[in-house]
Amino acid sequence: MRLRMLQTSAWTEAKLFLREPMTVAFTLALPLLFLFVLGGVFGNKPSPKVYGGHGPLDFYVPAYIGLVWASVGLLALPVHLARYREDGVLRRLRASAAPRWAVFGSQAIVAAAIALAGGALVIAAAALTYHIHAPRSPAGVLAAWLLAGVVFAALGILLSCIPTSRGALSAGLGLFFVMMMLSGAGPPFEVMTGVMRHVSDILPLTYVTRILQAPWLGTALAWRDVAVAVAITLAAAAATRFAFRWE
Amino acid sequence: MRCGLSRSAGVEMKGTVVEPVIVVDGLTKRYGGTAVVDGVCFEVGRGEIFGILGRNGAGKTTTVECVQGLRRADGGRMRVLGLDPATQAAELRKRIGSQLQESALPQRIKVWEALRWFASFVPGARDPRQLMAQWGLADKANTHFSELSGGQRQRLFIALALVNDPELVFLDEMTTGLDPAARHTAWDLVRAVRDAGTSVVLVTHFMEEAERLCDRVAVLERGTIVALGTPGALIAEHTRQITVRFSADAGDLGWLAGVAGVDQVARRNGSVEVRGTGPVLAEVAAVLVGHGIRPADLRVDQPNLEDVFLSITGRRSDE
Repeated sequence: MRLRMLQTSAWTEAKLFLREPMTVAFTLALPLLFLFVLGGVFGNKPSPKVYGGHGPLDFYVPAYIGLVWASVGLLALPVHLARYREDGVLRRLRASAAPRWAVFGSQAIVAAAIALAGGALVIAAAALTYHIHAPRSPAGVLAAWLLAGVVFAALGILLSCIPTSRGALSAGLGLFFVMMMLSGAGPPFEVMTGVMRHVSDILPLTYVTRILQAPWLGTALAWRDVAVAVAITLAAAAATRFAFRWE
Repeated sequence: MRCGLSRSAGVEMKGTVVEPVIVVDGLTKRYGGTAVVDGVCFEVGRGEIFGILGRNGAGKTTTVECVQGLRRADGGRMRVLGLDPATQAAELRKRIGSQLQESALPQRIKVWEALRWFASFVPGARDPRQLMAQWGLADKANTHFSELSGGQRQRLFIALALVNDPELVFLDEMTTGLDPAARHTAWDLVRAVRDAGTSVVLVTHFMEEAERLCDRVAVLERGTIVALGTPGALIAEHTRQITVRFSADAGDLGWLAGVAGVDQVARRNGSVEVRGTGPVLAEVAAVLVGHGIRPADLRVDQPNLEDVFLSITGRRSDE
């Protein structure tokens, strides 16, 4: 029964997502665009000065996988939920027999499916064109990817507390572009100025990117990064409990 | 303010006592210090169609939203299907259906998808195809919500309210946006829903709808119930005067004023209007015949709920 409820809800939500071509294009195409622009500029030849001695694309691909999650969590999810509130869909769902976990659970499933598709596209494109190295620890990458999902799902639902979809979109876009430039998907940390480094240090995607890169590149995972990611998630969930409105 | 309904034995309906599905005792809801619902008490019996009547802003919607656990009451006691809506809302919503004002569906969801989605929330839900056929949506099954007309959306919302086969259904201004034919169909369907065992709470500002459909009604004015009873009893109680009309060009009819029960006689462009109480139609007819006057169009204007509303609140229901 519960499984069927979640299945039907998630499948319905998935179809609704696919009927929004702008969101689909933005979420799936932007990381690919990045891949080809930066790949075209740097290729995948390792340089000892930047990227910790790794090939630029070996370094960037896990960052782009994180970027897909950021775009799902900061843009697709909050705008969708805020529009539901604006239109009265949340009000209708709340009055129905739908339990809360099914409402949010189906959103999370669809978000994960989109992020999975986006991440797979990035990996496939990078593997085909630039012959990137396979991840050192696939299981570690999977675990990191799931953690990234939890972080951005929590941030997305928190952003959806902004009353209007227009407000949620503005806030989401602002956060997304700053993170896109300064969290590891843009210029490498080594070439950033002091101010950029300080900003980078307070961005959730910075931690998510490092957590994804460690198992991918086979470098040591900083448990401090994991602790920060978990703390961000808990803080976002607590704030959501306080701020979320159904109408 | 309480009414002591919490220990109620039941609700009398057509001579028999039925178990209450809703007991509301002293419900109060304030917004910023102003009470929009103030000490409301009523019961709804199983199998009843209960109307909550009033103008816009009288507190009807707030009342039913509190009863459904969608808003938290500031005072009073409530029991709905034996549950407390404030603390057992999740359990309650599986057993009730709800057609809300100002709610919507995702723009690009199709009619059948919406019904199947809402059907998945409870075990033993009704077949979406059957509901679509009943509510005239079968040929719209693949239409997006955003492309439905106002009347089609309204019928979809009613169908969604019934999809979990509820024991109790709340219909808030259900015929808004429906044309007269669709409105009559909707009334027939609501009667059928009740006959199948579902109790109905009907919120409306449309008096004809309440009079045709409801077993009992509560009239709400400024957050309090100002009248409660069957439409027939309310009409008998609040509108004592009956108006008898007929055409006559005969001269002086002043003697009609002396007929038992007649309060007032007026003439308007060849038509005579007699106001009175009791069996005034029969009395007037008898006297007319006695005077050799046999009008072909002798008729009586029966008072209706709109007259009750006017008499109690001093204003029309759609003002």
